[in-house]
Amino acid sequence: MKRTVLFCAAIILAAIALATSSTAGAKDAATAEFEKFRDVLEEDNPAELFEMKGEELWKTKRGPKQVSLEQCDLGLGPGVVRGAYVAMPRYFADVGRVMDAERRIVHCMVSLQGFKPEEIARQPFSNASQTPEQTALVTYVAGQSRNMKFAIPMNQPGMRETYEIGKAVAAYRAGPYDFSCSSCHGDDGKRIRMQELANISSPEGAAKSVQGWPGYRMTGGVMLTLQWRMNDCFRQQRFPAPNYLSDTITALITYLSANAEGSLYKGPGIKR
Amino acid sequence: MEIRKASLICTLICTQLSLAAAAWADDPRAKAISMIKADFSAQGSAGVDRLEQDGLQAVCTRSGNKPPPAIARRLEQDQQAGIRYPADGKFLGDWRSGEKIAQSGSGYTWTDPPGVPAGGNCYNCHRLAPQELSFGSLGPALTGYGKTFGNTTEVQKYVYGKIYNAKASHLCSIMPRFGHVGALNEQQIKDLVALLLDPASPVNQ
Ligand code: HEC
Ligand code: HEC
Repeated sequence: MKRTVLFCAAIILAAIALATSSTAGAKDAATAEFEKFRDVLEEDNPAELFEMKGEELWKTKRGPKQVSLEQCDLGLGPGVVRGAYVAMPRYFADVGRVMDAERRIVHCMVSLQGFKPEEIARQPFSNASQTPEQTALVTYVAGQSRNMKFAIPMNQPGMRETYEIGKAVAAYRAGPYDFSCSSCHGDDGKRIRMQELANISSPEGAAKSVQGWPGYRMTGGVMLTLQWRMNDCFRQQRFPAPNYLSDTITALITYLSANAEGSLYKGPGIKR
Repeated sequence: MEIRKASLICTLICTQLSLAAAAWADDPRAKAISMIKADFSAQGSAGVDRLEQDGLQAVCTRSGNKPPPAIARRLEQDQQAGIRYPADGKFLGDWRSGEKIAQSGSGYTWTDPPGVPAGGNCYNCHRLAPQELSFGSLGPALTGYGKTFGNTTEVQKYVYGKIYNAKASHLCSIMPRFGHVGALNEQQIKDLVALLLDPASPVNQ
């Protein structure tokens, strides 16, 4: 009870700080406020609500075929969820390709439950009014790897190549500003305004960059996945929009996750 | 003439590049490029034509942003040749407008409403006026720039050129080519020159 009250107070204060961040000085204040309340927020993270919703979705018979996802194989055998998130992306023999967590979960929704891919792709990411089912499902699956280490099976077929492709995608400069991922994320200790930029080519930076995803984002109060983060960084890169669950994104996530190899995943997090 | 020269150099480099690509068909970069070409859709103002690299982008990508000095110098000269300096020979605008442009981070993303002019994004990467504490660090701090380098026509021209096309002096710079791509016009660039060099500008206080 006390925790909940404290948590609510923290949410409100953080939200006020963010809402007043229109002037530059206040932006710093917002960051400071956020940092101050991060501990409280993480202790009682709204992401947990999405984990619960995801678990329910996972276990309920749904879709045109009226089955649950309990036979979904996330790489550790049908129905095994524990530890699956920190071992993806991985190679899936049934489809003969490498998939990241969100892509695999959507694959199961389509192949097992009979959902239509184009309907799922209609709203891939959360907005103020709606959280897509797959976002809650990813959050549930990710929560089942809390406090486990990233262990991407790099010796599987296609993994090394996917990694190298992801690395090349991250270096690809194009668009009106000549940006690549590395323009912003290629060095240690850099910032865009006050936002710290993880150096995705280093083990520590990569570990930071996959940590806390999927994450509950204070700005807007929505639950977002790593697929969303990739999408929004391509927006900032002034590129056109990457197609949802495309090979390019899987390759980037493979690159990030493998670089974070061995680091501890603390579960769905909270983001500014 | 300039364009012909540029395209000749481009052709030479592209030939070299495609030879290199053919020599190693399994090149992950080649695969990454075909993947990228297949995986994006136009959204807002951001068309898929943006995925095509120009010669400079290709050379910087291929060389890990460390091109052989001889090639870098040639390509920098091409970029330099494309800079259009103000016809009136004046470089210094109004630092107040410059500050507004430097603050604005809008422009060219698929969520930017069409017709809204692009900003300079300068504070995203540089420290400028000392009282602005929300500044990025991808580029060097430019606080006190005019105090340090003076406000001579020569310095003004250099700064104008730098903002117009940062790649003319540093081929694989992270800094965008604001004038070259038409993100900022002549007057806007003059205003930014003033922000950096005008003795009255907060940058030089
Ligand atoms: C123009 C600069 C820019 C470019 C280009 C860019 N990003 Fe980002 N990236 C950011 C910013 C700003 C953030 C948010 C940092 C924050 O919230 O503190 C971010 C956040 C991230 C994060 C999350 C880090 C975290 O701590 O949660 C990842 C992962 C990431 N970017 C990867 C990429 C990849 C991969 C690319 C290339 C497709 C890319 N970025 C391109 C600016 C950029
Ligand atoms: C994406 C990051 C980025 C943005 C945005 C950016 N710059 Fe830069 N800038 C850099 C980097 C990196 C350098 C150093 C490398 C070089 O010289 O190109 C630099 C260098 C400069 C220099 C040369 C400094 C010197 O000592 O010679 C000037 C002047 C400059 N920037 C001004 C600006 C202005 C004005 C703007 C806004 C219109 C701007 N920059 C926007 C990254 C950026």
